[in-house]
Amino acid sequence: MDYIVEGILEAIRLLITGDPEIYQITWLTLKVSGIATLISLLIGVPSGLVLAWVQFPGRKIIMSIVNMAMGFPPVVVGLWVFILLARNGPLGFMELLFTPTAIIIAQAIIASPVIMGLTAAAMMSIDKEMRYQVKALGASKLQGIWLLLKEARFSILAAIIAGFGAVISEVGASMMVGGNIKGYTRVLTTATVMETSKGNTALAIGISVILLTITYLITSGLTALQQRGGQNR
Amino acid sequence: MKKILYVFMLLLFAVGLVACSDSDAQGSENVSNETQENDANSKEENRNANASEDDFFILATTTSTQDSGLLDVLVPMFEEETGYQVKTIAVGTGKALDMGKNGEADALLTHAPASEQELVDGGQAINYQLVMHNDFVIVGPKADPLGIKELDSLKDVFTTFASSEEGIFVSRGDDSGTHKMELSLWELAGVEIPTGQTYQETGSGMGDTLKVADQKAGYTMTDRATYLALQSEMDLEIVFEGADELFNIYHVMQVNPELNDKIKAEPAETFVDFMIREDVQEVIREFGKEKYGQPLFFPDAN
Repeated sequence: MDYIVEGILEAIRLLITGDPEIYQITWLTLKVSGIATLISLLIGVPSGLVLAWVQFPGRKIIMSIVNMAMGFPPVVVGLWVFILLARNGPLGFMELLFTPTAIIIAQAIIASPVIMGLTAAAMMSIDKEMRYQVKALGASKLQGIWLLLKEARFSILAAIIAGFGAVISEVGASMMVGGNIKGYTRVLTTATVMETSKGNTALAIGISVILLTITYLITSGLTALQQRGGQNR
Repeated sequence: MKKILYVFMLLLFAVGLVACSDSDAQGSENVSNETQENDANSKEENRNANASEDDFFILATTTSTQDSGLLDVLVPMFEEETGYQVKTIAVGTGKALDMGKNGEADALLTHAPASEQELVDGGQAINYQLVMHNDFVIVGPKADPLGIKELDSLKDVFTTFASSEEGIFVSRGDDSGTHKMELSLWELAGVEIPTGQTYQETGSGMGDTLKVADQKAGYTMTDRATYLALQSEMDLEIVFEGADELFNIYHVMQVNPELNDKIKAEPAETFVDFMIREDVQEVIREFGKEKYGQPLFFPDAN
């Protein structure tokens, strides 16, 4: 029992004293997962739009693949990214394995289908009538897309939250393609795994509390944004 | 509403920019120009300020060198001294050797002499050097339901594990050096590995496997270093030790740079030389004495 209390005290100590290693790990975690989410946003929202609105052959199959990919196990993604980026792999010449970039690639692959699928679902739920109305009112194509995106903003923010949540909490892929290298690719989740197996349970609890705290702060920021939008309507 | 969206997108974009510039630089290992945004980083990074693009290498090693904390002492020492940066990938010895064989790592620090010899014979590993040893011990619950403490020979210990209906033996089951050693001991005792509930494989590192054994009140085989590092957290104690067969020997080696053109021969060679140097061997000898009252590793290089 003692180590639970010890762990929470450890978390407070880490935060207050500003342990440089923990700050570095936290910052890297935010950066890596932030960029991965951003990339997924850039991939997921436009392709989600296309999937929702454009009729093309094979659309249903793609939709079902995207829905399946929303549940991609991170370790599977990690394994394939590892194989691709390994020195002997097809992309080995880029020497990206065991770098933060490798983690970003893996996480973007994990989060993109989530954002794509949820965006598509949100866009499909918008009334067809409304789409015609927007057109009828003389909006250009871009204006129309912008208006409808605004209409679906709650769902899209929810998609971003889901995508970010998926990658910041993910450990399997980060471990495999990042390698948990001290001061370089060690993120909060992999540090927690390592400290646990090293027997530093208090430190592991401390790190996990930090992870929970920053995840909460970011998602609650996004939630506030979502809700504030609601009142302005 | 529009404003908020803009602000949000800008924020995301800004984070992206900062991070992109950083991650790009990390590809070239020289992160020292990027310190402005984070003071906490600067120490770590400045240390390698003189390092150029190719001055890093991948060290694939066993979990025990990381979990015991030995590498936390040696790696910073090496980096400080040489300016090279070590990317330590701590995995089971099986995986580490596999990375060496495929040219995915530049140097290896492992403890499975028989499997290592295959790489040396196959020409994938060169500059093969003895570094240190410690020993394996059999640990189990304090109550010792199988009475292992009473036994005198390793053969009896494993025969007892194999024949008893109760009592759990927890195995690494991950093709690591420790796992390979354990398998060889069943063979040595001339008994079949039990099937069913009495033999459980975790497929994880030593620290995790010890915890499983602890929680299930089972027995396991562990290197002494990891056991000592975790001892205070667990109710396991040593039930058998001291047999010659339980020697745990660590070697360091370079991956043959001819395997592919990305292998960093120079830093790897420097690391091998470093590990077997007199003063570094002395650091290994002293490591852990203060904390555990006994050394965790015994240096063997001449």
